[in-house]
Amino acid sequence: MDVGIRIEGLRKVYTSPPPAAAMARGGPMGGQRLFKRPEKKKAYEVVALDAVALEVKAGEVFGLLGPNGAGKSTTVGILTTRVRPTSGEAWIGGHEVWRDRVAVKRLIGVVPQKPNLDFALTAREILTYHAAYFGIPAADRLTRAASLLERFKLADRADQMVHGFSGGMMQRLSIARALMHAPEVLFLDEPSTGLDPQTRLLLWELIRDFNRQGHTVLLTTHNMEEADALCDRLAIVDHGRVIAIGTPQELKRSVPGGFVVRLAFDRVPDGLRAALSGIPGVTEVQAPPEGGLDLYADQGGTLIPHIVAAATSAGATIHDIHISEPSLENLFLHHTGRSLRE
Amino acid sequence: MNLAAFFAMLGRDGRVARRNFLPLLLQNLVQPMLFVFVFGRVMTTSGMMPEAYKSLLLPGIIAISMLLSGLQAVAFPMIADFQFSREIEDRLLAPMAIEWVAIEKVVAGAIQALIAGAVVIPTAMLVLGSGVQISFAQPGELAALALLVAVLAASIGLTLGCSLGQQQIGIMFSLIVGPMIFFGCTYYPWSALASFPLFQKLVLLNPFVYASEGFRSALVPQFPHLSGVVVFGGLVGFNALFLWLGLQQFRKKAIG
Repeated sequence: MDVGIRIEGLRKVYTSPPPAAAMARGGPMGGQRLFKRPEKKKAYEVVALDAVALEVKAGEVFGLLGPNGAGKSTTVGILTTRVRPTSGEAWIGGHEVWRDRVAVKRLIGVVPQKPNLDFALTAREILTYHAAYFGIPAADRLTRAASLLERFKLADRADQMVHGFSGGMMQRLSIARALMHAPEVLFLDEPSTGLDPQTRLLLWELIRDFNRQGHTVLLTTHNMEEADALCDRLAIVDHGRVIAIGTPQELKRSVPGGFVVRLAFDRVPDGLRAALSGIPGVTEVQAPPEGGLDLYADQGGTLIPHIVAAATSAGATIHDIHISEPSLENLFLHHTGRSLRE
Repeated sequence: MNLAAFFAMLGRDGRVARRNFLPLLLQNLVQPMLFVFVFGRVMTTSGMMPEAYKSLLLPGIIAISMLLSGLQAVAFPMIADFQFSREIEDRLLAPMAIEWVAIEKVVAGAIQALIAGAVVIPTAMLVLGSGVQISFAQPGELAALALLVAVLAASIGLTLGCSLGQQQIGIMFSLIVGPMIFFGCTYYPWSALASFPLFQKLVLLNPFVYASEGFRSALVPQFPHLSGVVVFGGLVGFNALFLWLGLQQFRKKAIG
């Protein structure tokens, strides 16, 4: 079965703050909010998604790339029936997600951003109960669980409770659980956050394996390397909007020149920007909001003597030079004026 | 609804409850039994309370034991699930409407309340010693009552568990559950409030009253108690109210 994903005009506005979970830690009031009056009704309104449209073909590994708060998790939340869209439609295969939630849940496997494993059960039970929710017969549940535990290198801990598991083990078990009912589409929200490099490679291999069987994968990440290594196509999102869509190669090529030289000066005198634009090989000069100048160019280090000369003649002192090779990071910078890591 | 998923979740809750059987039992029974011992045994044996108080106390103790265990069985996991463990997400992704996840929790909580009731009767009678006069002459009424009280306990648990945060658990007991126990006619019959007419009316807003008075009418009909119609009417009404409220709150927590 070929199951793709289609999103049209998807919009999500949160009108109430996220439930206590998110606030419990960060809020300056700590535990003392109990008797505080709630603020006036319309004080809280956050537009998480603003008319997002995209299409993921069946059998594709598709990545949503963007900084924290870009709307990636909200998109996954809507596609996995957990968040109700304010307007717009999302389709998985032939099912509109919100209208046909139960049918959609049969088609999808979900690996959450933070592990949500059942701490009252053993690893094997987590898998077998999950399969039972999907009506898989008891004998099949056990064989599937055993084979997934083996494949995910968890067989030796299969009958232990999961609270002693490392982050990597929990992440692997989360993926095994998502695969127990043989879904057509797999969603992974920030799958490799906090994993050691070795586990990350294993995880990538597992995702590729699943995809090779013809299944669709949608993952979110703010890791360029991961997006580059795994995804057939990517959508770059920021502030609830899709900024660019394409294969990693196409997207990288779309950055003028490919290289980015980020420069920091003590001051940016008049004429410096024009002088830098005139250097051969420089295709564009941008002034990012945090100061300094970004040069987009078809070369990197070879430009430095020219840059130094231009700065000196304009009377500016260079504090920092950072050269980055053609990458998705540069693409993000080009479209938003901000680095992904900020 | 999806019976396979529903029963698999009940199976999961059953497995977890069996694993924690002893701590659960102690959590639900120690306090009521201490109360039974001090007021039902020490005070009556020393002559400070009449011996008849033993029989009057027992139905109230059954009611609070069932209510507390059913309430906690649902409220505690809900608070933890929605606040930090997020364990419930796996069940919310099961192929059935999410409301059934909440109803399953209510059924599981009600079963725990029924087990607590079944354990508390012999235990309390043992602690009380001789002189308890209760009758099981109306098994049908008792069973219907026990079922309604069990579902009520779990529904209140669902409502509280989906409305409060973890830092409010303490306040839940001191400001909500505590008063409900003490103004729930658990340790005295409703008729004892006759000298406080306004208060006597007000406590009728407390669902615990119908549970204790109901058990009083079924087990110790020799004492004054609310009429069967009022008891069953109150229980059915509060069941509907808290189930509805609980489901509303559950939807708010479960869907972003």
